[in-house]
Amino acid sequence: MSTATVTPPKQAATPTPKARTGRWRPVVWHVIVTAIVLLLLYPIIWLVAASFKPADEVVTSLSILPNNPTLENYTAAFDGIAGVSFWSYLGNSLFVAIGSVAGNVVSCVLAAYAFARLRFRMRGLMFAFMIGTIMLPYHVVLIPQYIIFQQMGMVDSFWPLILPKFLATEAFFVFLIIQFMRGLPRELDEAARIDGCGPIRIFFHIILPLVRPALITTAIFTFIWTWNDFFSQLIYLSTPSNYTLPLALRLFIDQTSVSAYGPMFAMSVLTLIPIGLFFLAFQRFLVQGVSTTGLKG
Amino acid sequence: MVAQQVEAVTSPPPQESKRDQARRKRNAKGQTGVAYLFLTPWMIGALLLTVGPMVASLYLSFTNYNLFTAPEWVGLDNYVRLFTEDDRFLSSVSVTLRYVLLSAPLKLAAALAVAMLLNRPRKGQGFYRSAFYAPSLLGASVAIALVWRALFTDSGTVDTLLQKVGINTGGWINQPQYATIVIVILAVWQFGAPMVIFLAGLKQIPQDLYDAAAVDGASKWKTFTSVTLPMLTPVVFFNLVMEIINSFQAFTGAFVVSNGQGGPADSTLFYTLYLYQRGFSDFQMGYASAMAWLLLLVIALVTGLLFWSSGRWVFYSGEDK
Repeated sequence: MSTATVTPPKQAATPTPKARTGRWRPVVWHVIVTAIVLLLLYPIIWLVAASFKPADEVVTSLSILPNNPTLENYTAAFDGIAGVSFWSYLGNSLFVAIGSVAGNVVSCVLAAYAFARLRFRMRGLMFAFMIGTIMLPYHVVLIPQYIIFQQMGMVDSFWPLILPKFLATEAFFVFLIIQFMRGLPRELDEAARIDGCGPIRIFFHIILPLVRPALITTAIFTFIWTWNDFFSQLIYLSTPSNYTLPLALRLFIDQTSVSAYGPMFAMSVLTLIPIGLFFLAFQRFLVQGVSTTGLKG
Repeated sequence: MVAQQVEAVTSPPPQESKRDQARRKRNAKGQTGVAYLFLTPWMIGALLLTVGPMVASLYLSFTNYNLFTAPEWVGLDNYVRLFTEDDRFLSSVSVTLRYVLLSAPLKLAAALAVAMLLNRPRKGQGFYRSAFYAPSLLGASVAIALVWRALFTDSGTVDTLLQKVGINTGGWINQPQYATIVIVILAVWQFGAPMVIFLAGLKQIPQDLYDAAAVDGASKWKTFTSVTLPMLTPVVFFNLVMEIINSFQAFTGAFVVSNGQGGPADSTLFYTLYLYQRGFSDFQMGYASAMAWLLLLVIALVTGLLFWSSGRWVFYSGEDK
């Protein structure tokens, strides 16, 4: 930016770069931003450190690094809690999450295609209703849903958690995929139609391959939200052998002894690892998904 | 971009041209069958898991129902009891309102401030953006709520640090006047998601406006209040609606921090937590349904008010074109 008199290029965000103070600005900026990042990530760092601390250090010790690092917490965490091993909780969580992903992706893309590309009776009414359900609080359907699943004998199984996803009840993802489809050029459909393709073939051969990015976003967010979900799992699962990881973690709170703190944090770390891996692998996808659709994340 | 999303949510499907309309008439009949085929899962879900249950819970809200014997019609009794006999309900309303009024504005203020800080072409911007976003993915989990419980407990990290500078709180989660704040901090900590949306909005603001402001000699603050903020109001509006709707339904943090009790002294008895206790600990399903419908009405009312007020303060640049 030595030629300040010339009109600055379009990308320049600060309109008046002052030559002398300007050189230090990036440094100051990096220091400030890094400080905020560290403050923000402190609880996560604290958690990871605590999982390696012996019982007497876990809560009260101020030092981040454990004085006497130990792996005992992890041994205990893998043994599980309430007589059920960690692997059982992990398996249950994975089953629910993967089932939900499959359900959401399949059912939402089908509904989205109809809304985005097909003409049908009561389309406006149904679309308005679908958008309205995005803002609907879950609690208003919770109790009757519970009664339905109870009468079908499905309470304390994974069905109440997975089945609704196969019925496109998470309208948010329907909307996300609709928005993505609206961005695809209609000429593609037209060309296919002229070639004699019906709506079903257009869906499978043209639309479906092109909306893959939206489906990946749907899959990632469904996985993470289901993985973190606590409320519906708390309501529907009642025996420890059916518990998912969040419910298992919750069992630790009831334990009054301080010795349970270490294993609790070790299991917390283990619970967060899949999200961390997703984050590292797909961070661009995630951030892009949020910024283009306003996902709550 | 997000502004378009807001409009897409608030307005009916895009207007069709005359030709499209003509074509639609031709196609409507032929496509309705196929469309309903694609919509079958959604329609089953909408009828059996949304419309049906909504009607059912409205009905149940006028009954006494414990899941095991038939519902008994009591008219408006549940609603009357909520407001006249139930102190815990009233305190859950006040706790939740305080939480919504504190967490949503603070979270959005933090999100906007950091977005302004990040919105410049510097090395590592993408990395920082991701780092700020990470808490939004983790924050809803039980694991992080457990960390908050430990950080803010008596002689936990926060308490010990405050003691070093001479402030003795004796832990936050066991004191009614601080416990709600712990959950607010947990919410504000997750400002990354609205921040990313703000960043996307900031990128949409045309550079000419900034150039013009610079030519006029506007100060940085003036540029922010006269250019950035007005251009960003659609995004602010979108974020505000989403945050308010979500924070009315906050549950996990309060449940974990208070071990499902809502204590101390009901200071973390969030609305949804009390609803859960009434419905799934006491099995007063009718009473809990009345609470659920009140929640729906309040959320609808607040969202409606926000949309109504948006005409006065939300600026859509597309309108005057």
